[in-house]
Amino acid sequence: MSKIIALALAPPVVAEIAPVAEVHQPVRVAANTERQPPASPAYSFPPVSKVRLRAAAIIRAMVLPGAVFLLVLAVWMLVNAKITSDIPTPAATWARALEIFGQPFYVAGPNDMGIGWQVLYSLGRVMAGFALAVAVGIPVGFLMGASRDVHQACYPLVQILRPVSPLAWLPIGLLVFQAKDPSAIFVIFITSIWPVIVNTSAGVQAIPQDYLNVARVLRLGKLEITRRILIPATLPHILTGMRLSLSVAWMVIVAAEMLTGGVGIGFYVWDEWNNLNVASIIVAIGLIGLVGIVLESLMNLAQRHFDYNRR
Amino acid sequence: MSYLNISNVDVVFPTANGAYIALREVHLEIEQGEFIAIIGHSGCGKSTVLNVVAGLLEATRGGVLLENKEVNSPGPDRAVVFQNHSLLPWLTVYENVRIAVDKVFGKSKSKAERHDWTLHNLKLVHMEHALDKRPGEISGGMKQRVGIARALAMQPKVLLMDEPFGALDALTRAHLQESVMEIQAALNNTVLMITHDVDEAVLLSDRIVMMTNGPAATVGEILKVDLPRPRNRLELADDPTYNHYRAEVLRFLYERQRRPEAA
Repeated sequence: MSKIIALALAPPVVAEIAPVAEVHQPVRVAANTERQPPASPAYSFPPVSKVRLRAAAIIRAMVLPGAVFLLVLAVWMLVNAKITSDIPTPAATWARALEIFGQPFYVAGPNDMGIGWQVLYSLGRVMAGFALAVAVGIPVGFLMGASRDVHQACYPLVQILRPVSPLAWLPIGLLVFQAKDPSAIFVIFITSIWPVIVNTSAGVQAIPQDYLNVARVLRLGKLEITRRILIPATLPHILTGMRLSLSVAWMVIVAAEMLTGGVGIGFYVWDEWNNLNVASIIVAIGLIGLVGIVLESLMNLAQRHFDYNRR
Repeated sequence: MSYLNISNVDVVFPTANGAYIALREVHLEIEQGEFIAIIGHSGCGKSTVLNVVAGLLEATRGGVLLENKEVNSPGPDRAVVFQNHSLLPWLTVYENVRIAVDKVFGKSKSKAERHDWTLHNLKLVHMEHALDKRPGEISGGMKQRVGIARALAMQPKVLLMDEPFGALDALTRAHLQESVMEIQAALNNTVLMITHDVDEAVLLSDRIVMMTNGPAATVGEILKVDLPRPRNRLELADDPTYNHYRAEVLRFLYERQRRPEAA
């Protein structure tokens, strides 16, 4: 009890001491100025080597992510050691990765192909669905952006369907197409189309009135306005929509293929789970991530190329 | 009949609270080669007048005659220099002017002639050094120069300028005013300029049209600026006639048409 009281009293004591320290301070400062060397006529800074700065930046860029990577490895090993040994060690996974990537394109029958083929088949489906979505979504988005009536007509439908997980459409696809591949492509189409429509129509609506006034003063025709004003002005928005939908499409294809089966990275993961090859699954996860980054960078490149804001 | 005739123009906007009368009985006759400045407090409908002449906005009553022909849609014969330059950001400086040249002279001039004409107009505004730059890469003053070049390149019958230097800093504005005077001396364009800058109005124009406050804004007074050209900003600074004109405009704006909210 007495200790608590003492602790409670402690702060005021510190507060009382503080002013005393303040009184002493000016003296110290004065002493310091006396000791300072006389000011040099011009400021001189030690030369900073550009190479050294650059090297420091590179080291930082490697060390910081490296540290996180090591941390993840440590947690991984801990899971392996303490929770379940069904999760293979990093070393075992690495060995499996070497094995898988040693022969990425082998074909040992319709249900046994290298991981390279699995990825290419998945990419093919993504590209097909994505291309269809772009081909349909851009014109629809344009119409929605340009005409208030079309916007009013379509907007509620888009808003209702947009938040639906694209996988919910898979049974519909299977029913309509009676085949796995078109159904998976259909799911990707549904995935990709909403961001394309929404961004395109927003892009058309965001065109400044000034550009249209310029077009009116120049008496540009409808076709010229579309080609010289509407398309270039909305292109950045369209590309944003495309970038968003492509990355989601790549996520969705894995899930869709798990359900449809066949050759593809999604079914590969599911198949390896059934075989209890957990190391293969971890390798596939890494590969799916890498492919995702590649897709994202390609879209970024395209955006940089076509987007006047970024050139 | 004068060259450009703004004839008893009313502009009424429908709003949720009923009709808003922006302009009432705006009447103005402009001769060929005249430089007219329209000045007034912000919100008085200066830009509305310009938009009606440009054909971007339709007059509710009255109309605009250019060379005795009624104006009812926008066209390159009434080129507009927009307040915020309105260059197309995906086109280069050269392309921004060239698109106008191609549109206006696509039939009457050969490709080489159109190229030369584009360059000629960019030289006129001293922008020939930045042909391949995009609007995002040049300063605000430069953008407005290109905007002027684009308008001039259309060889308009009337050049319409909507507060062309309003968004620029004072020094850049002065530079561009010099350029406009230079070009005006060379080409003798008919110019209708909207401004809220008293010095700019007196320095550049032959007549200053002072507008009353809205709603139902109209022409309050017209001041003839009888100063010899070429005009020099520095010499005029101490010129009693110049200062007299300046004072006239200021008196109109700040005594007779005090902004209601400032009062």
